[in-house]
Amino acid sequence: MSAPAKDLARSTRREFLKTGAAGAAALVIGFYVPSEGEGAAAKSFAPNAYVQIKPSGEIRLVIARSEMGQGPRTSLAMILAEELDADWSRVKVQQADLDPKYGDMTTGGSFSVRSSWGPLRQAGASARSMLITAAANSWSVPPGECTTRHSAVHHAASKRQLSYGELAEKAAALPVPKDAPLKKTNEYRMLGKKEDRVDGHPIVVGEAHYGIDTRLPGMLYAAVTRPPTFGGRLKSFDAAPALSVAGVRKVVEVRAVELPPLFGEERKPNSGHQHYLWGGVAIVADSTWQAIAGCRAVKAEWDQGPGASESTEEQRAQCAAMVKGSGKELRKIGDPEGTFASAAKKIEAEYELPFVAHASMEPMNCTAWVREGKCEVWAPVQNPGAMATAIATALGIPSSTITIHITLLGGGFGRRLNIDYGVEAALISRAAGAPVKVAWTREDDMRHDYYRPMSHHRLRAGLDAQNQITAWLHHVAAPTTDGFYVGGDLPDMGGTELAGVGLPNGTVPNYLLEQSFLHTAVPRGYWRSVDVFWNHFAVQSFIDEVAAASGADPLELRRRLIDTKQPPAAGGDESKPVDVKRLRAVMDLAAERSGWAAPLEARRGRGIASLFGWDSYIANVAEATVAKDGSIRVDRIVTAIDCGQVINPDMIRAQMEGGIVWGLTAAFYSQITVENGQPQQFNFNDYPVLRIADMPRVEVHIIPSHESPGGVGEPTVPCVAPAVANAIFAATGKRLRRLPFQTQELAQS
Amino acid sequence: MDAISITVNGKEHSVEVSPDTPLLWVLRDTIGLTGTKFGCGMALCGACTVHIDGEPARSCTTRISAVAGRKITTIEGLSAGGRHPVQLAWQSAQVPQCGYCQAGMIMTSAALLAKNSSPTDADIDEALGGHICRCGTYQRIRAAIHQAASQPSERKSGAGEPR
Repeated sequence: MSAPAKDLARSTRREFLKTGAAGAAALVIGFYVPSEGEGAAAKSFAPNAYVQIKPSGEIRLVIARSEMGQGPRTSLAMILAEELDADWSRVKVQQADLDPKYGDMTTGGSFSVRSSWGPLRQAGASARSMLITAAANSWSVPPGECTTRHSAVHHAASKRQLSYGELAEKAAALPVPKDAPLKKTNEYRMLGKKEDRVDGHPIVVGEAHYGIDTRLPGMLYAAVTRPPTFGGRLKSFDAAPALSVAGVRKVVEVRAVELPPLFGEERKPNSGHQHYLWGGVAIVADSTWQAIAGCRAVKAEWDQGPGASESTEEQRAQCAAMVKGSGKELRKIGDPEGTFASAAKKIEAEYELPFVAHASMEPMNCTAWVREGKCEVWAPVQNPGAMATAIATALGIPSSTITIHITLLGGGFGRRLNIDYGVEAALISRAAGAPVKVAWTREDDMRHDYYRPMSHHRLRAGLDAQNQITAWLHHVAAPTTDGFYVGGDLPDMGGTELAGVGLPNGTVPNYLLEQSFLHTAVPRGYWRSVDVFWNHFAVQSFIDEVAAASGADPLELRRRLIDTKQPPAAGGDESKPVDVKRLRAVMDLAAERSGWAAPLEARRGRGIASLFGWDSYIANVAEATVAKDGSIRVDRIVTAIDCGQVINPDMIRAQMEGGIVWGLTAAFYSQITVENGQPQQFNFNDYPVLRIADMPRVEVHIIPSHESPGGVGEPTVPCVAPAVANAIFAATGKRLRRLPFQTQELAQS
Repeated sequence: MDAISITVNGKEHSVEVSPDTPLLWVLRDTIGLTGTKFGCGMALCGACTVHIDGEPARSCTTRISAVAGRKITTIEGLSAGGRHPVQLAWQSAQVPQCGYCQAGMIMTSAALLAKNSSPTDADIDEALGGHICRCGTYQRIRAAIHQAASQPSERKSGAGEPR
């Protein structure tokens, strides 16, 4: 499980433990949501926090996760509607504000469907059961003779029916059942079938409301000048030049603020966490443009902070040196060093990846209105609970006085699990005495991100005389992400050893996984597919290097590895063991559909990478052509996924297509480099991303299943770069071990 | 500051802003049309694309003084009720994920189809080469443009028309 998912699982469990069994039940049922400002509220049927049926027949379903393109407003509503047997054309989906009645509302870790699957089915089923009881009572027939379809209860024997709207008032008077029966999978009408997004129309007509589109009466606009170096702080500033800019109302110092961990973790005292809002100078103006102009005019002096001399080249060298020695042991099986030392064949390789930014299309922004001891916030946010806690702490007011409206997110990718931009907006609104929208420029967003860490990997494999792998050793050098927020040198791989570092952990008799920690001021954060990305690039590339060294087909070697031995359950919070049959099935399907065995012309090649992660199984086969000048064209990627019960197949396809673009961008383009403690990238000119001309043909194959749903936002991402690197090796015999790919190495002399 | 007059989606607006203000911020902050998005501020991502006299243009780097008296169409004015063939195809192909970049994508695609009724993949790649989608909807964008191109031609003439 990814780090955010791991923490989500942990905090959700803690929530349940804290509130006890009754609390856990209350998350699902027993809450009454009054409909907004209408006298007919009492006649509406609202048996829980998620479902409301009006006498008119309109059904309102509440979504307590953030929509950032991954589709929860549609897929979670489909889960509710399925169990409810709702008429989808009468369903309206409502985005929930932050509210404790929904439990943990964090959106991340490809976890929305997985965490909602149980509670939302129960919410839909209990509502349906009450509607059946209401109808059965009206007709004086046994409930067991009644069926539901399209928002109506039917009694076949007497050919009678009552609509949910007609039943709403009666159902509302009934007790909420504890364990309403769930549908059997063969009774599903919606799940597994394509459904259009519920918010597709407002998006294509320009009426969808993102955070940056927030407009309030009397609202002012702000932009902020922040410390240029990581970990720097404001020393002094001269407001006068900014105040002379037309439209600038106020120049406000934003003080540095310590921020809490993101997922409710406990910090040890003096743990050395680095989670702060670093502050700066805010320009409050009548428009965004005037605020930006004011920012350019303001003169500020900065304390450069402890990271002022950091550079990427130095940190690369540090990591390269660290992996030569020994690190913190994360998992050890047998005698890896001894077996490697005496192996008949030894294979060694090192891989490295850079810091990368999120660069969501909607730059960070937040609108806040602090008044009368309260704070109301409009935020494109994945983590509204932590944002509220942090704002309350920063303003010194109780959490209960914070309202957070979750807008649509113009991309999240993990960046919006952070809460800095909300705290900043609240502090500025309080100082300005007005509602304020704080908009970040692209440069602000690029240079004040929480970056996916750089990493360096040393892999070693020992083979016996029969080319069987007898020892596998993996040493990672990277800064800690969890430790950035919580403090200490925390390995990010605790829960993802199998998912992320993957095979052959557990399938070879002698195994070692260790980590060394790079200490840096560069802020780190969770990024689509997190630590799995970097580990998987190294491991899935190295499996191919072993295959090449032992004369095996890369697919065959992977099959042999999982057929050799059942891998153990992953460590940490990941409780599910790998189902090797499902892993094998996605590899075989991707191979078959890609024509794995069919020969390709010169300088074209295929490569495979596969994964179990986020409770899903996935394999990508990439097909690439390498031109004589070394330029690479990815022609095609064939993806096979088994993500358990399919909710909306079109959305799964979309996530695969998008995840592949995300992975390709990281493979070919993304890197944040640091010089003198400052990022060297500013905008999309020096931080390029994949554009349409480089889009390969993506073919997605979904394996039907009724297992519990797995995540789909992240799993394909870590299988892109290694599949392409493996395809490049197949095409040229050259191995690219560094991201982004250094394609000059491929030019033919 | 002198008032500058611009026509947006068929309606005339007189705005009092500094002449170097980008059209984008006049649309969003002054007029209140937020469908046009800010992505980069440097004409690198295409999210802010509008039509100026029917031609696609990056509103983030277009000074308001340069468009005085000219006709501007934003995503809100592309069609009545989202009936432009590009908008219909976008929904039919389920293009958007987060959707933030899509107004710009749609405006450029509508302008492309107004000039080229049956674009090839290469034409599409060229026309949309200045746009970025971080969710990775490119494959569906190509499909949607082909789909819109296959609509009866009179429905495509809506490009640039105010609703």
